[in-house]
Amino acid sequence: MLAAIGAIIGRDLRLALRQGLDSLLAVVFFVLACVLFPFGVGPAPETLARIAAGVLWVAALLAALLSLERLFQADYEDGSLDLLALGPAPLPAIAAAKIAAHWLTTSVPLIAAAPVLALILNLPPAAFSSLVLALVLGTPTLSLIGGVGAALVLGARRGGVLLALLVLPLYIPVLIFGVAAVGASQIGLAVQPHLFMLAALLLVALVLAPWAAGAALRQALD
Amino acid sequence: MTVSSLAALPDQLPDARAVFAGRGLACERGGRRVFQGLSFTVCAGEALVLVGRNGSGKSSLLRLMAGLSRPAQGSLTWNAGDIADDSEAHHGRLHLIGHQDAIKPALTVNENLGFWARYRGAGPCASARIADALRAFALERLAELPARYLSQGQRRRLSLCRLLASPAQLWLLDEPRAGLDRAASTSLDAALAHHRAAGGIAVVVLHAEDHPPEARVLDFDAVKAGG
Amino acid sequence: MRALVNPTFVMRWSTRAVPWLGGLTLLLVAAGLYLALIASPPDYQQGDSVRIMYVHVPAAWMALFCYTCMAAASAAGLVWRSPIADLAAQATAPVGAAFTFIALVTGSLWGKPMWGTWWVWDARLTSVLILQFLYFGFIALSHAFDDPARGQRAAAVLALVGFVNVPIIKFSVDWWSTLHQPASVVRLDGPSIHPSMLAPLLVMAIAFTCYYVWLLLVRLQSEILNGKIRALRLRQAHG
Repeated sequence: MLAAIGAIIGRDLRLALRQGLDSLLAVVFFVLACVLFPFGVGPAPETLARIAAGVLWVAALLAALLSLERLFQADYEDGSLDLLALGPAPLPAIAAAKIAAHWLTTSVPLIAAAPVLALILNLPPAAFSSLVLALVLGTPTLSLIGGVGAALVLGARRGGVLLALLVLPLYIPVLIFGVAAVGASQIGLAVQPHLFMLAALLLVALVLAPWAAGAALRQALD
Repeated sequence: MTVSSLAALPDQLPDARAVFAGRGLACERGGRRVFQGLSFTVCAGEALVLVGRNGSGKSSLLRLMAGLSRPAQGSLTWNAGDIADDSEAHHGRLHLIGHQDAIKPALTVNENLGFWARYRGAGPCASARIADALRAFALERLAELPARYLSQGQRRRLSLCRLLASPAQLWLLDEPRAGLDRAASTSLDAALAHHRAAGGIAVVVLHAEDHPPEARVLDFDAVKAGG
Repeated sequence: MRALVNPTFVMRWSTRAVPWLGGLTLLLVAAGLYLALIASPPDYQQGDSVRIMYVHVPAAWMALFCYTCMAAASAAGLVWRSPIADLAAQATAPVGAAFTFIALVTGSLWGKPMWGTWWVWDARLTSVLILQFLYFGFIALSHAFDDPARGQRAAAVLALVGFVNVPIIKFSVDWWSTLHQPASVVRLDGPSIHPSMLAPLLVMAIAFTCYYVWLLLVRLQSEILNGKIRALRLRQAHG
């Protein structure tokens, strides 16, 4: 079964590399959304520094959401999902493998781009490490929750909007603690409690989300 | 298809006395009873041909047989064991060729086939089997070509190659001849004959006029009238 | 178990129960409103604005209660493939969404005189807001498919996923220090609220519950009839 999961991750990574534009688009969106804010709230450095963490998190969250709709959709439409379900891996494992590949191809570039954007948003350099750490702990949770949503809307009319409606409210806890971690480091408070909360959310999502996504895929195939 | 191109196939599939049967099956799609009271039995080496008009539930029966969906009533058994009790084993022994061909345009022909073989746990001779499968359906020259360049018929042949690239005793084929030219159709017949000779079972959705004379036929229009 | 699978059985019993439940609901609401608005004393700190509580608190309870019922019915629908359970979850969702909305609006109205603001982003309010979106998501998802059964099953999975929010709402006031006051009725060492206020609160809560069950049965009936119409039309189309 591990070989089968490895095969899925390998195939999805290869597909993402071949169609490199798709994951690049998420990063471009992320950059654009962040660049809009200095125009929206004014370029005063102290204003930007105060909202930088929130802007970065919200933009990263929306960028990750953009590509989620296609997570299972392509495999669902071309019949691959049927064949995956008929293979040795159970549906939760298939969902987990595809979510892992999605995280590697969309969230990792976002995390890499985040410090650069933090720089132009005037976030104090002392907060960079906590920003990256919070993103590393928080974005997998976003992908896992998003994976459940993507599996639920398979075959729905207007799946994209529906996906946002389902998933964004569930993103709120990650957003709260992700921003709080960066904010705490900005004013010199302890960052660990917030990071621990993010880690706890990740653990809960790791345990529950693949099962829920698997159940949703089962409904989609039936 | 030449005999040598099937050299990598086993002479005998594991379960030479397998019996695949359904009893009193009913299927519901979108709140509508598609068919009910349907029963069938196929033994190792036999083929069952499903015919009937559009919407009579042939493809739905194939999905029930694959274990992708559950019957509203009745049960499906493999050697008297319900397939729902050990779905992993059931999935391992079947190939499903549906209407969609499950081909990724960005991957080459070889990579497409290789992924499904590896996913199904292909053994050490996987690459030899893949080469044989491609040869059987005359795709060996296109092995390194990205699948986006394939024509409709070539895509169909590529998805049929999955049958030969990893062994399975039960073949479930949904209108496999759609889009195939005469040569490819002959290759399919040869593959089916070899599969049955080795003790395999095939369930094939076909149009009434072109089923092989020796196969058993399940006519859905008759089932519906009777049910 | 028969109620889970047999629509005719449900129809027969609910037709009998609906008038009684309707009458009971009206009586209880009238009694509850009398107790809440006239018979009970004003609070020594909050004055008459405390009376918002008699709507706000039962509505908030019902928001959670309906979600729990919806999740339980969803689980039953998924596990036993019971169409009646699926329909019950469908019928509960709009009722729960309405109670959540009432709880949010009355809370906001009560917050203005008490806290000086319509809204604060504390854990209780945020988690109830998420509950509202979960209800909306459930309703939207269950109507997003051409095959209603598919939508119901997808929504059922969502209801179960969203259930993690219910304990968060319940304990949010204990886990985080918030403006919202902690539980004062349901607690281990007995209620900390005065009996003259507890009585109208409980009557209103029972009235709201009756209202929910009444509405559930009426909606269940109409959903069953809807399903029959659908089946007839499908038969027309497919012969």
